[in-house]
Amino acid sequence: MSPVMKKHAMPEQDPKVRAKNFNEVTLGYGEDTALAEAQRCLHCKTAPCRQGCPVEVNIPEFIQHIKDGQMDEAIKSLKSYNSLPAVCGRVCPQEEQCEKHCVLAKKGESVGIGRLERYAADYAREHGETVTAPQRAANAQKVAVIGAGPAGLTAAGDLAKLGYAVTIFEALHAPGGVLMYGIPEFRLPKAIVQQEISNLKKLGVVIEVNAIIGRTYTIDELLDEEGFEAVFIGTGAGLPHFLQIPGENLNGVYSANEFLTRCNLMKAYQFPKAATPIKVGHKVAVVGGGNVAMDAARTALRLGAEESYIVYRRSETEMPARLEEVHHAKEEGVQFRLLTNPLEVVGKDSWVTGLRCMKMELGEPDASGRRRPVEIAGSEFTLDVDVVIMAIGQGPNPLIQSTTKGLDTNKRGNIIADEETGQTSRPGIFAGGDIVTGAATVILAMGAGKKSAAAIDKYLQEKRQ
Amino acid sequence: MFKIVAKKVLSPTVKQFAMAAPQIAKKCQPGQFVIIRIDDEGERVPLTIADFDRDKGIITLLFQEVGASTQQLGQLEEGESILDIAGPLGNPTRIKKMGTVVCIGGGIGTAPVYPIARAMKAAGNRVISIIGARTAELLIFEDEMKNASDELYITTDDGSKGIKGFVTDVLKRLIDEEKLAEVMAIGPVVMMRGVAEVTRPYKIPTVVSLNPIMVDGTGMCGGCRVAVGNESKFACVDGPEFDAHQVDFDTLIARQKMYIPLEKKSCENGRGGCKCHQS
Ligand SMILES: Cc1cc2nc3c(=O)[nH]c(=O)nc-3n(C[C@H](O)[C@H](O)[C@H](O)COP(=O)(O)OP(=O)(O)OC[C@H]3O[C@@H](n4cnc5c(N)ncnc54)[C@H](O)[C@@H]3O)c2cc1C
Ligand SMILES: Cc1cc2nc3c(=O)[nH]c(=O)nc-3n(C[C@H](O)[C@H](O)[C@H](O)COP(=O)(O)OP(=O)(O)OC[C@H]3O[C@@H](n4cnc5c(N)ncnc54)[C@H](O)[C@@H]3O)c2cc1C
Ligand code: SF4
Ligand code: FES
Repeated sequence: MSPVMKKHAMPEQDPKVRAKNFNEVTLGYGEDTALAEAQRCLHCKTAPCRQGCPVEVNIPEFIQHIKDGQMDEAIKSLKSYNSLPAVCGRVCPQEEQCEKHCVLAKKGESVGIGRLERYAADYAREHGETVTAPQRAANAQKVAVIGAGPAGLTAAGDLAKLGYAVTIFEALHAPGGVLMYGIPEFRLPKAIVQQEISNLKKLGVVIEVNAIIGRTYTIDELLDEEGFEAVFIGTGAGLPHFLQIPGENLNGVYSANEFLTRCNLMKAYQFPKAATPIKVGHKVAVVGGGNVAMDAARTALRLGAEESYIVYRRSETEMPARLEEVHHAKEEGVQFRLLTNPLEVVGKDSWVTGLRCMKMELGEPDASGRRRPVEIAGSEFTLDVDVVIMAIGQGPNPLIQSTTKGLDTNKRGNIIADEETGQTSRPGIFAGGDIVTGAATVILAMGAGKKSAAAIDKYLQEKRQ
Repeated sequence: MFKIVAKKVLSPTVKQFAMAAPQIAKKCQPGQFVIIRIDDEGERVPLTIADFDRDKGIITLLFQEVGASTQQLGQLEEGESILDIAGPLGNPTRIKKMGTVVCIGGGIGTAPVYPIARAMKAAGNRVISIIGARTAELLIFEDEMKNASDELYITTDDGSKGIKGFVTDVLKRLIDEEKLAEVMAIGPVVMMRGVAEVTRPYKIPTVVSLNPIMVDGTGMCGGCRVAVGNESKFACVDGPEFDAHQVDFDTLIARQKMYIPLEKKSCENGRGGCKCHQS
């Protein structure tokens, strides 16, 4: 018997159609395809795929359940490792994680692990999941979770299941973190995120929105006055970087965070029905090569931009974005200006009229092991654009660090925390996700939330004795 | 939901709300602001905390109807509620004993200057205040400012009340008369720029509170960036108060106008039912 060498194709919206709407790009496997894809799994004893997954989802087990038509069991297995499978099935960089280690990948294509994960999660959601609130003692210890992104949501869920009284404090008016304000609807429908959050509430987690820790409350007030016995910090990496080139304060220059927040969280695509405006522009340049850049470039097209460019100073091989996202962006008509480095945003009457750039070539590898881009003398040119979006990375927001004594941070301002437990330099305070690692991935943030929840449980048990 | 406990109409376009927001009332300091959202489709609108009562759990907001969102807000009545108030945001004003301090409020900017003047006085400073407006009926917080200050000057552009002229005219006179430890000015950007130019030659420390367009107010979007001393600063977390002599006011003015063409569309589509920007 020769196994099917290729993954079953993912049904998708036609690129021409989807480039104009915000509906999900990929449509998900149907039952037959899911079953056929599950059949491809060899159920290797060693299950190398699991080592590629940051939370070691029992991949062969949940796939076996799909094969057997036991969807309830499949989701139970998945959820015992990963509380947001519908999210991870959609946004995990599987080709770098689980699927990279799949034995089939050596000769053909790996099992579509992410697609099957999504299938099981969607099935469970569509067929009604029941969430039962755990038993909680009247005198349950209180834990504060700061930030309602993947790290905070995961930590809160695990702690609630262990019987703690958990409150999440979220600065924005909606919980979800990057899942709500950053990743666009066409990749991750917001209804899915909200369903996960409503499940969390069913577990008894209280979510206080509009609560900015460091301002509305300080961590010390939570501990000393509000009766919380432990704190988990999952505030992410939300501070946008700029290139520090001339013209960056011209009208029409956005950080990707602002552009995406206006569109996703504030629903600017419904303007003026929704009150928040967005300046889309006819020709848009997005500077950067990661997922954030792809999201911004694809969003610009959907909002009506005629041309949308990715301006990236290295070549496509070095681009940090997921392969699938690059592929989708190209299909939709995003144009790639690779080996191109922006020098200056040019403008007239305080509005952007262009992006002056320089052509680059790849030189020797640098400290990161990637070949360093070097300027080609005399290659300057100006890209004709009226909006420029900076998607060159985010750093940690200093609000908490600057208002919490004794909380150690590194040079870049990230909170220093133990990798296995999330323990920070202050007893009772734990941290994980992008605020510790710098901008990373959803599943890594969730993994950190999980580890911290376990460590907080241990800490509070000891405290009880 | 946050309830409007009391509403006052100060002028046809300026309204004052007392809002029930106990946690914010407990924490806020002069110079800080909140971000409100009226309803689920609402914009995130930054408004300075003009006053607060920690015991009653109330904060006072004062706003000028300039566009769709503030118009919509102005139509709400006592007893009604708005969806969100987040805060307090921004850094508190640096209050300490310095000597003679001049507090300048232009138009609606008088409201946020008031708690600062009060705190400056409580810290032992001699507080001279100047409040200005285009015309008498646009003057606000006159009594409050009188109580908070050792001396109060009023200017109107048309001379309908107080001294005819600008706040800067009075400021120039004060500079000639005595030694000023600090000048604090909040109001329209052109006024703040004017104040900065008056004090610059004398090197009098001058602080202004900037109001660029904001979204989150927590340092996440970078939309509120202003050029200060050749650096980009985020007004929501680095400010909103900055050294007036370092601020690039021209960039601020330009960036504030960014959405005017779009907002016009919003108004035409009936949000808030306003007639603004249509003249
Ligand atoms: C546009 C975009 C696309 C991405 N695409 C992918 C992808 O395809 N796959 C992938 O795996 N990863 C992707 N990422 C990265 C991924 O989203 C992050 O690694 C992940 O969200 C980090 O989770 P977190 O919980 O640490 O932080 P966040 O998701 O950033 O959540 C932090 C939360 O804390 C809140 N907060 C911050 N400060 C405070 C405070 N002082 N008080 C209270 N609350 C506070 C914030 O408002 C936010 O809600 C993407 C990121 C972006 C921006
Ligand atoms: C820190 C801070 C404190 C403020 N305090 C007060 C206050 O106490 N009272 C008050 O009346 N106003 C205050 N403002 C300004 C107020 O937020 C804007 O007038 C309001 O957002 C306008 O919304 P709109 O939809 O009614 O008008 P729009 O039609 O949206 O805009 C009209 C004009 O207002 C300005 N503006 C628009 N949105 C914003 C925004 N998000 N932030 C700043 N300016 C904006 C722009 O110049 C714009 O052209 C403050 C602004 C900031 C940043
Ligand atoms: S969580 Fe991510 S890495 Fe783990 S199995 Fe699912 S898709 Fe793969
Ligand atoms: S308002 Fe977004 S960074 Fe200041």
